[in-house]
Amino acid sequence: MSANELPKKNYLNADYGVASWLLTKDHKRIAILYLISVTLMFALGGLFAAAIRLELLTPAGDLVSSEDYNKIFTMHGVIMVFFFLIPTVPAVLGNFLIPIMIGAKDLAFPRINLASWYMYMVGAILTLWAMVSGGLDTGWTFYTPYSTSYSNTQVVIVGVGVFIIGFSSIFTGLNFIVTIHKMRAPGLTWFRLPLFVWAHYATSIIMILGTPVIAVTILMVAAERLLHLGFFDPALGGDPVLFQHLFWFYSHPAVYIMILPAMGVISELVTCFSRKRIFGYPVVALSSLAIAFLGFLVWGHHMFVSGQSTYAGMIFSALSFLVAIPSAIKVFNWAATLYKGSVSWDTPMLYVFGFLGLFTIGGLTGLFLAALGLDVHVHDTYFVVAHFHYIMVGGVVMAYLGGIHFWWPKMTGRMYPEFWGRISAALIFVGFNLTFFPQFLVGYLGMPRRYHAYPDEFQVLNVMSSGGAAVLGLGYFLPLVYLIGSLWYGKVASANPWGAAGLEWQIPSPPPTENFAGQPVVTEEAYAYDTMPQEAFGG
Amino acid sequence: MFSGFPLFPERASTVAGEVDALYFFLVGLSAFFALLIAGMVLFFAIRYRRRSPSERPQAVHGSLALELTWTLIPLGIVVFIFIWSAQVFFGMSRVPKNPMEINVVGKRWMWKVQHLTGQREINELHIPVGVPVKLTLTSEDVIHSFYVPAFRVKKDALPGRYAATWFQATKPGRYHLFCAEYCGTKHSGMIGWVTAMEPAEFQAWLAGGAPGVVPAVAGERLFHELNCVTCHQADAGARGPDLAGLFGSTVRLQGGGTVVADELYIRESIVTPTAKVVEGYQPIMPTFTGMVSEDQILSLLAYIQSLKAPETKAAPPPAAGALDPKAQDVTKP
Repeated sequence: MSANELPKKNYLNADYGVASWLLTKDHKRIAILYLISVTLMFALGGLFAAAIRLELLTPAGDLVSSEDYNKIFTMHGVIMVFFFLIPTVPAVLGNFLIPIMIGAKDLAFPRINLASWYMYMVGAILTLWAMVSGGLDTGWTFYTPYSTSYSNTQVVIVGVGVFIIGFSSIFTGLNFIVTIHKMRAPGLTWFRLPLFVWAHYATSIIMILGTPVIAVTILMVAAERLLHLGFFDPALGGDPVLFQHLFWFYSHPAVYIMILPAMGVISELVTCFSRKRIFGYPVVALSSLAIAFLGFLVWGHHMFVSGQSTYAGMIFSALSFLVAIPSAIKVFNWAATLYKGSVSWDTPMLYVFGFLGLFTIGGLTGLFLAALGLDVHVHDTYFVVAHFHYIMVGGVVMAYLGGIHFWWPKMTGRMYPEFWGRISAALIFVGFNLTFFPQFLVGYLGMPRRYHAYPDEFQVLNVMSSGGAAVLGLGYFLPLVYLIGSLWYGKVASANPWGAAGLEWQIPSPPPTENFAGQPVVTEEAYAYDTMPQEAFGG
Repeated sequence: MFSGFPLFPERASTVAGEVDALYFFLVGLSAFFALLIAGMVLFFAIRYRRRSPSERPQAVHGSLALELTWTLIPLGIVVFIFIWSAQVFFGMSRVPKNPMEINVVGKRWMWKVQHLTGQREINELHIPVGVPVKLTLTSEDVIHSFYVPAFRVKKDALPGRYAATWFQATKPGRYHLFCAEYCGTKHSGMIGWVTAMEPAEFQAWLAGGAPGVVPAVAGERLFHELNCVTCHQADAGARGPDLAGLFGSTVRLQGGGTVVADELYIRESIVTPTAKVVEGYQPIMPTFTGMVSEDQILSLLAYIQSLKAPETKAAPPPAAGALDPKAQDVTKP
């Protein structure tokens, strides 16, 4: 068996038994715990998506009842946003890689890191319990006064679940900020950091500044529901729009919590698979901070038709247009990085190509929504649904899968099958576009989101979308199978199978528990592919 | 062309063309940039594809000129879109003079429409083409959103608030009316039709329906049925302020401060009378929450708006305990 060729002692076999995993303080093992958890949640959220697309095959609401349909799309949103998209890249790839990338043995607070996973699990279990004991039908947005005074579902339990998982986010963010400030290897200055680290630094700032606001908001919802304190329901003297301000003050920046780490992944992949330094390093690094900062000032663009004043709408519109600029800058820099490179078409790079296409469309359609006069028509329609899926699924999930394939040999010591990797990347790209592009059209036609039944003339586009979803589902299912299979049958990976720069590729695959045998010293900028020893490229 | 499979919504209001122009511009712009990025990526990925595993390309560090180019050009473009879209939005927000006014109340899961001429409709709205129509929107329960795709108009109907929106239909037809803000179980059933008719036809429709009660008259009846009239009278010793001429006037409040008596203030004074008590009166009015529906409140509002200040009340005796708020307003310089 080729398993003999794996490093004799690594973080995976350092210790055996369930307790050695559940009580581990190793950032790499915690990353694996998160990997298993978020994958299960993604599968569950995906099943809900499948149910939605099946119901929408026909105009009539005939597969499930309206009550159930509302619970299904709510659980799809809650699970995908809070339990997959927000934690996935930071908690899996960030946890695994950030200490290694900066030459450290672990994160600054290993116990807090483990606690963050337990917070995640408690939040997830509460939410799943709520799901089987009545469900939730408020939409993931919990809009008041529906959530506080009208819904007969488990608003408080899911609220507590989201409240608790918020702490897992805060713990992760806190850990990353302290680690990146205090534990960098000698010589690793800020502007030598891999951009993955910059992106996570910017993300962590949003996590620790934004998450407390959603926590407070959820407490207010619970207090209004249970104690009838009038914060949001006008019948109790509250203001329903206040909720929207508080909710989006977190939940819009939360979109950047999702996309910034994904952008960090893309920067690592695009350089490795073109063997080039990133084009415009400081610009790409600082644009992450610009996105994090501006992202806090655009929440009002969710409320152009909510009765917010015309002038407030104008300011939020202008700021929303501005936040598009740093994203555009990044896309241009990634594309320019390929120029005169040595561009490989391995699976992770296919995901990069997919990301660049889909994120660009997602970003450009964001302009439609920032444009005041146009947003009035498309707000709360499928146009919005299509837009944010292009960002969150086309952007975040593509980057995440690219990253998983790229670092899979480092995490497991095994290679994934390249042929199946490429097939699934292509299936996902095609299936994704088939699913979500028709939704732009049906949205501009006027189909509102969260509709269980819809007029006949929207059917053709909805059938296309459901057909695409089947392809997309197959595309997601394949990696689940071949990645798990590769744990036994995959080719044993070398320390640096890609010829990649970066400290994580200078240690064995999989790494030992302490990561580095000694203290690494950094003497170069990131992505110094032009000065790497020729042996790294195997040629 | 594709009657059963439209790819573009009908365009049936004065603003629809402006919204679509913006849309087409953005579609063109997006297509240009999406193709530019995709073209760049694919061209480089093919042109510079890895030909041997040991390739080692030269470093390219970046270019300030290029960075400025792809910062400033997009910046210029978004400023342009911002100004254009804000102008369209301003046009949508500013209600033209002398519109036809209609009250709309969202209630799970129906739209209740009240014409000022007395007609009432549910999940149907009949309007004439060529006339600006102003809607006053509110909700009986949760947040709803009044959405007519063919008019490119959408506005949230919030409980406890009055939101205004307007449109002017340009061609007769029947158009979808949707609730666009998720409102619970039968959200997707909270739909209806807007029927735009030629003005003559519309007049015939008005005349043909069952004669309804004009909101101001319905409000006057309620005013008596609910015994509002026992306190709110013009007498100097009345327990409640006289409401003649109240609408639009400035009211002095107990404990200092003033408030303009608009729809929202009057609504609040019905459902939460103790919130803002008029100077010189005791907070003795009971709440009418749960006793009057939002459309009844709208009728009461129409009645109160119809009460004009009598000429003789212009100069009341200054020592009177129960001053007419309008009169008070008049005495101010």
